[in-house]
Amino acid sequence: MSAPVAAPAALKRTPLYDLHRELGAKLIDFGGWEMPVQYAGILEEHRAVRERVGIFDVSHMGEFEVSGPGSLQALQWLTPNDVGSLTDGRVQYSAFLTERGTFVDDLLVYRKAADAYLLVVNASNTPKDFAWARSHSRGDATIDDASDRYALIAVQGPRAAALISRAAENDPTGLAYYAFRETRVFGAPALVSRTGYTGEDGFEIYLAPDHAENVFRKLLQEGEAEGAVPCGLGARDTLRLEAKMALYGNDIDDTVTPWEADLGWIVKMKKGDFLGREALERQRAEGVVRKLVGFEMVDRGIARHGYPARAPHGEGVVTSGTHSPTLGKPIGLAMLPTPDGEIGTEFQVDIRGRAAKAQVVPTPFYKRAKS
Amino acid sequence: MNPEELHYTQSHEWVRIDGDVGTIGITDYAQKELGEIVYLEMPEVGHVFNADEEFGTVESVKAVSELFTPLSGEIVEVNKAAIAEPGIVNDDPFGDGWLIKMKLSTDEEVGKLMSAEAYSAYVQAEEKAR
Repeated sequence: MSAPVAAPAALKRTPLYDLHRELGAKLIDFGGWEMPVQYAGILEEHRAVRERVGIFDVSHMGEFEVSGPGSLQALQWLTPNDVGSLTDGRVQYSAFLTERGTFVDDLLVYRKAADAYLLVVNASNTPKDFAWARSHSRGDATIDDASDRYALIAVQGPRAAALISRAAENDPTGLAYYAFRETRVFGAPALVSRTGYTGEDGFEIYLAPDHAENVFRKLLQEGEAEGAVPCGLGARDTLRLEAKMALYGNDIDDTVTPWEADLGWIVKMKKGDFLGREALERQRAEGVVRKLVGFEMVDRGIARHGYPARAPHGEGVVTSGTHSPTLGKPIGLAMLPTPDGEIGTEFQVDIRGRAAKAQVVPTPFYKRAKS
Repeated sequence: MNPEELHYTQSHEWVRIDGDVGTIGITDYAQKELGEIVYLEMPEVGHVFNADEEFGTVESVKAVSELFTPLSGEIVEVNKAAIAEPGIVNDDPFGDGWLIKMKLSTDEEVGKLMSAEAYSAYVQAEEKAR
């Protein structure tokens, strides 16, 4: 068996690092962070989130605070979604785009007040995003990298609401999807939003790093009744892929536009000018020649990130692929020529030299039953 | 925990010699490193391999690892039960989780493999190096 690659030195750690070790986590290098990939096992953790509730440390994510009277103007320019449609206490999925209309990163925008926003970006992109936002911002707004001031714990699964209702003051279970409030969790001041990256109901808790370990421990203790388990990034990846949520660096990057990534809904052309708009208008007028689609394997094998694809109208590439724990079969996302994005289209994936047949299927692969 | 009667490779396969047939699998250490195994790709019966050739792959949710033949020979059987239910390899790597059986072409290569004791020391050293 070929050996797994060893992690290099000097990785960053979250405030929950010691607790992960204590809980027996297997730690890996994730974009320069030493993070738990799993505790008991990816399949078991995945199942816990689909059936009960899982607790994740995602403190590696980056947080920027945007403040000042020109905050709205700055964010309307920096992001393609319509920040003007946000009200206090609401969250929006959006992005930073290059002038070519491609992704610098995908991100969340939290509106705390008309002149105070919180942006949440991908961990490994944080320095790049911060430099990008600073250098491209317009108007009277201050952008601070507050990443070191936030730990982030995600509580995800059908039993998440039952757990959070006992853990938090000012019961956040009344929150709508993509809404948040500032409250306390086990006594610690926290921002709690009804968001997540798993395709399940759930909450994300932003809090000071000093409180993170205590809150994570208490969530596990208090969540025992719900069957709560700690979950690593391995399960986070299989969960997000089943829900067809894009992963930066896999499915989207600075060569991919929102049109291509099937994320056109975050682009609001009517709101006015924004970075990347011209390129996106041009691409839409000229026609989008490739498209991110979901697939299942017809032949045996798991198609993974970067494997070449050959579709009827040309070459493509697998951007994400795994064994779906919920469906019990291999699934993935691939960037294919647009005409090959039709449901039912068959194409070949080169699995380490072997041609294996795959088929375009509807997404998401998994959709939770609305309660 | 590494059975005494088996022979081991540096790439964490084991082989059990029974006459001129070698049964091959991956070690307990290997299955633990991989995590939950979800997919096995195995060779066809009748295929002939030299020692140290890639004969298949084992995949967990996160990772793919290649498998290497400890010895030269012809594939005479693959473990269909393990292909259908790869979790067996996690549950019983030295027993029901075996992968292939080979008709060995020579008995001269086995001396190059490690004993259980040598393999245990090798794994300890590898773990320490991390």
